[in-house]
Amino acid sequence: MNWEAIIPLIGFLIIIFGVGMYAGKKVQSSNNFLDEYFLGGRSLGGFVLAMTMTATYGSASSFIGGPGTAYTQGLGWVLLAMSQVATGYFVLMILGKKFAIVTRKYKAVTMVDFLRKRYQSKWVVLFSAISIIIFLFSAMAAQWIGGARLIESLTGLSYISALFIFALSVLLYVTIGGFRAVALTDAIQGTVMFIGTLILLIAVIIAGGGISSIIGDLTAENPNLVTPFGSEASLTPAYVSSFWILVGVGVVALPQIAVRSMSYKNSRSMHRALIIGTIVVGFIMLNMHLIGVFARPILPGIDVPDTVMPLIALEVMPAWLAGIVLAAPMAAIMSTVDSLLLLVSSSIVKDVYLNYVQPKASHQRVKWLSIGITAVLGIIVFLMSLNPPELIIWLNLFAFGGLEAAFIWPVVMGLYWKHGNKYGAIASMIVGVGLYILSDFEVFAQPFGMHAVVLPIFVAFFAYVIVSLATKKFVSNQMNLS
Amino acid sequence: MQEDYRFKIANREALIGVGLVIFNFIWWFAFAYGMGSKDPEEYTYVFGLPDWFFYSCVVGFVVMAVLVTFIVKKFFVEVPFDDEEEEGNENK
Repeated sequence: MNWEAIIPLIGFLIIIFGVGMYAGKKVQSSNNFLDEYFLGGRSLGGFVLAMTMTATYGSASSFIGGPGTAYTQGLGWVLLAMSQVATGYFVLMILGKKFAIVTRKYKAVTMVDFLRKRYQSKWVVLFSAISIIIFLFSAMAAQWIGGARLIESLTGLSYISALFIFALSVLLYVTIGGFRAVALTDAIQGTVMFIGTLILLIAVIIAGGGISSIIGDLTAENPNLVTPFGSEASLTPAYVSSFWILVGVGVVALPQIAVRSMSYKNSRSMHRALIIGTIVVGFIMLNMHLIGVFARPILPGIDVPDTVMPLIALEVMPAWLAGIVLAAPMAAIMSTVDSLLLLVSSSIVKDVYLNYVQPKASHQRVKWLSIGITAVLGIIVFLMSLNPPELIIWLNLFAFGGLEAAFIWPVVMGLYWKHGNKYGAIASMIVGVGLYILSDFEVFAQPFGMHAVVLPIFVAFFAYVIVSLATKKFVSNQMNLS
Repeated sequence: MQEDYRFKIANREALIGVGLVIFNFIWWFAFAYGMGSKDPEEYTYVFGLPDWFFYSCVVGFVVMAVLVTFIVKKFFVEVPFDDEEEEGNENK
């Protein structure tokens, strides 16, 4: 075993536990359990808010998969990844103050809570809760597999033992600490990602003999690697641009991001988070993907793109430093998993159970149910990750786009357009998710050369507006945003 | 009944967000495909990076970070989120 690399990783996990315990104390002493457990008492400051946004977003998909793809595609993929700079400011500006004010007024704790109060419709709630449970649950399983693979490759333990270590550490502190624990550890993890990618990038540039020589080597190998069009010249401007929808502006509609937009303390924290978030997201995305591209001349011929990050780290740095830096992707995966886990359990407890099964459940009961369901969900994901079924992998590919297609208009138009109503919201969700699932079939795969998520979002907008207007006279009792 | 004054601020800030993202996109697209579409042999290099990449991704990011900082500091207004004093104001 590679102890020099493992010890920093263990140290990191211990720090995380400490934070979970500390946050757990706050949950115990809080008199509003739901607000505290799922939203950290709406008290996040600017720095923590920015970091938790970044860490939640910069998940395994971008941290492990992104640099790997950049390694294969060259600078064109870095260009694509830079569309994510927009998430740093766009989400908070769009949901922004209005979402914060309205969700407080509604006493909403989850995104679905907001939709329920806004549209006063059982069907909107059930459809949303089901979308969240299915899509996020699948996204989560894939992250667990990624986390376990990382521990596996670093420690040389078997996949199952690695998965077990990963699962145990995640579950322990999510169940104890709730949202505050997740947000606080996100702040640590975001910082690790920030510094980690910078150190690694510098080390890679030095190992490659400077930027000019690396770019020279790339051009000599395949000039396409330094163009915006990818190694096979297959990345068209339309396709790359459509990622501005998928990983840029569409992110507004992801429940795990939206819930963070109701958790901050005051306008000042929001303003700070806007600035810090933009800088941190852009910085991490740029560095991380450049590492992938620059790794190519140094370590040519890596077949499995997911292993680019760990391999290059162990190649260009001493083992102990690699351990610290590799804590970063570990951090990214863990923080994504935690927040997804929390979201799925809040969907079950808050959105389904408290609304339609047992509205009068006692405080104590809700508390134990929340903690219990979070734990049970974790165990189910663990079991599924042991031998991942095909369906999960398929669903995970679709999870983020599916959620965006379902929620973007009900949330955004629900906030800013007073004529939007429940029929419009339901129509928009069904059209969005339906069309998006159809895109799995060849005909719809890349309409107009764009990513499959673009067309459903576009059509769902018209569904929302047209149906809302057409049914205007049937809707009398919905809550107006004052 | 008059509209909550905070929503006017919120609406304006959301529009600023949309404006920023459009600007960001145009900058990113124009430099990447405007300068990057020629033959790689004709690229010029800035700090070792191809010019299209440097201006689109590196400078583009710095410009956005500066712009967001400036706009938030200059135009974003601090408002209270809790509304005990707003009780009588529930309808439009």
